[in-house]
Amino acid sequence: MESSHLRQQIAAMRQSFFDEEILDGQFCQLERLENRGNPNFVEEVLTMYFRDSTTLLQTVEQEIETDTIDLAKVDMMLHKFKGSSASIGANKVRNNITKTRQLLEEGNLEGAKLAFRELRMEHDNLRAKLEPYFQQQLRQVGPVETATRPKGSDHA
Amino acid sequence: MMLGNCATSSSLSTTSDEDIVNNNLTALVVDDSPMIRKLHDMHLKKFGLKVQVAENGKNAIDLFRCGASFNLILMDKEMPIMDGAEATRELRTMGVTSMIVGVTSLDSIFDRQAFMEAGLDHCFTKPLTTENINFLLQELNKNNEEN
Repeated sequence: MESSHLRQQIAAMRQSFFDEEILDGQFCQLERLENRGNPNFVEEVLTMYFRDSTTLLQTVEQEIETDTIDLAKVDMMLHKFKGSSASIGANKVRNNITKTRQLLEEGNLEGAKLAFRELRMEHDNLRAKLEPYFQQQLRQVGPVETATRPKGSDHA
Repeated sequence: MMLGNCATSSSLSTTSDEDIVNNNLTALVVDDSPMIRKLHDMHLKKFGLKVQVAENGKNAIDLFRCGASFNLILMDKEMPIMDGAEATRELRTMGVTSMIVGVTSLDSIFDRQAFMEAGLDHCFTKPLTTENINFLLQELNKNNEEN
């Protein structure tokens, strides 16, 4: 009963990611790459994604707050970030990256800074939603119990 | 097909019940992002290819210089040390006839065209999809039949 409720919870969480357009179909492709030989593949990829994205966002933030922004450097970082976000299906994050880059290209620095703050928010929102999702999945798998033979029941 | 002995990084395919039977095709994934390398590696293995990975264009060229060869190369554009366009030009100059496919986030048509002109057979925008890989496998099989 409890595991059925947990399954429903996990399914509902997952569906909400698509309904809210936080994730797109590329995430489904990512999930299909997981198999018995790589049961934690999706989580591993997302861990790598967030490790890189956190550093990148900090670097970009520092750069755009300076008086002499290295636009080429910022654009290159956002370009790479767009590729990795698209590759995991992070739809809203990807869209916000595109918006930020466009504003930078247009020379609209204040607009770009605003867009970057939105980007940061979407990124943090994505992480905040995915972490409990994977925690719930772990709960579903549960602890592994090893069967032990009862005493006095040896069979030939 | 021989795989390089002095590869700087390699990824041996693992088999499981859910993997497609090995089709004797080999691939090299060239990308400076560890996450993308992992993703593309798994994508290709799902289709039964034996995969190696390289962190940049120079590492890819070194693999070939060590005697490696691959049916398919997935090449990112923007990489440190040697980018995808330069690596592609160099590989073609060396006489490499592998199918080289750009997988990039480049928006501009002009940038993508310039990348194609470096010697690519095809160029896809990230993300790489199963449809892209299906297409490439069909092209590879076509090339094999013609040869």
